[in-house]
Amino acid sequence: MAHIKLKNEELPGIVGLLNYRPETARPLLDLAETLLRGESTLTSGEREIIAASVSYWNQCHFCHTSHAAAAVAHLKSGINLIDDIKAGLPNTPVSDKLRALLHIAHQVQRNGKNVTDDDIAAAREEGATDAEIHDTVLIAAAFCMFNRYVDGLGTWAPGPNEAYLEMGERMAHVGYGKY
Amino acid sequence: MPHINLPSEFPGIRSLFMYRPETAAPLNHLVQTLLHDPHPTLSAGERELIATYVSRLNTCKYCSNIHGAIAKHQLGGDGELVELVLADPDTAPISTQLKALLKIAAKVQAGGKQVNADDIAAAREAGATDVELHDTVLIAAAFCMYNRYVDGLATWQPDDAELYDKMGKQRASEGYMTAPFKVNRTEQQLQNS
Repeated sequence: MAHIKLKNEELPGIVGLLNYRPETARPLLDLAETLLRGESTLTSGEREIIAASVSYWNQCHFCHTSHAAAAVAHLKSGINLIDDIKAGLPNTPVSDKLRALLHIAHQVQRNGKNVTDDDIAAAREEGATDAEIHDTVLIAAAFCMFNRYVDGLGTWAPGPNEAYLEMGERMAHVGYGKY
Repeated sequence: MPHINLPSEFPGIRSLFMYRPETAAPLNHLVQTLLHDPHPTLSAGERELIATYVSRLNTCKYCSNIHGAIAKHQLGGDGELVELVLADPDTAPISTQLKALLKIAAKVQAGGKQVNADDIAAAREAGATDVELHDTVLIAAAFCMYNRYVDGLATWQPDDAELYDKMGKQRASEGYMTAPFKVNRTEQQLQNS
């Protein structure tokens, strides 16, 4: 049970919170839509992998599994990607640029000041642009918010990975805040 | 030096808002809703204190200084109260309810799962409502984002109390959606930053 009385207690994770407070739901959804599905030289699949990785490092089961499922939908990778993200992508062919950006995201997850000049130089070495570095930092920062919001209010989340596949399809192909 | 090429006339998050208007719009809309728009029960000053306190826990100089200045102006110019809250909420002259909400905010800063049923019960005991609990958690969570965004890209964060006070006064009266001041820096200042 969530720490507060939600209007619809059947809605899991952030969905119940967005439904509870529409005034804050609007900018939160607009932010997710812009960061994960808006125009970018990073693919939506890559950006969802960053979101899902940060959520895993923050131990937010709902955000990790749902955003990993969105990555599955974008990349048509199969469900194993969800657990592969937890392990640091040993079995997924991703670019060295994305690995360098994931390292920056991990530094942001701990604290913004942990990002060093060397981390940035390493990402540039792999071809990362200013816009890609900017969006990586903001995606990582935003999920440090979403994860704390979802867990800080004690929302419930489905357990198994399979329960998230349909949600991931909608997140990937319909979008955030669109029904 | 910032990690990416940002406009040099704006400090902290304002340089990032100028750099990327597409993400600035929802980020600004969120902070306006959480901290400035009318709230059923929490004053803007109380909400700014939560934002300032979390920013201080995250050691974000720009965010804690600017929101501390906004809090001061929202609290009738009482900068001392802001300092007392930052030093120790438990001994600061604020309501037991705000103390309980600040405790929850600190838990959220450490990690969402840190908030437990006892923290929530203590806040309710002190009179906190569901919307207050919701907004406290979301303000604390949102500042874990803003702080990381501002520090993670190594934005310019001035040491200039007067400048923060001037910007804080503007935000307290105008809200977050109006254009920011330009701060012109000399070549020398830019090189040293």
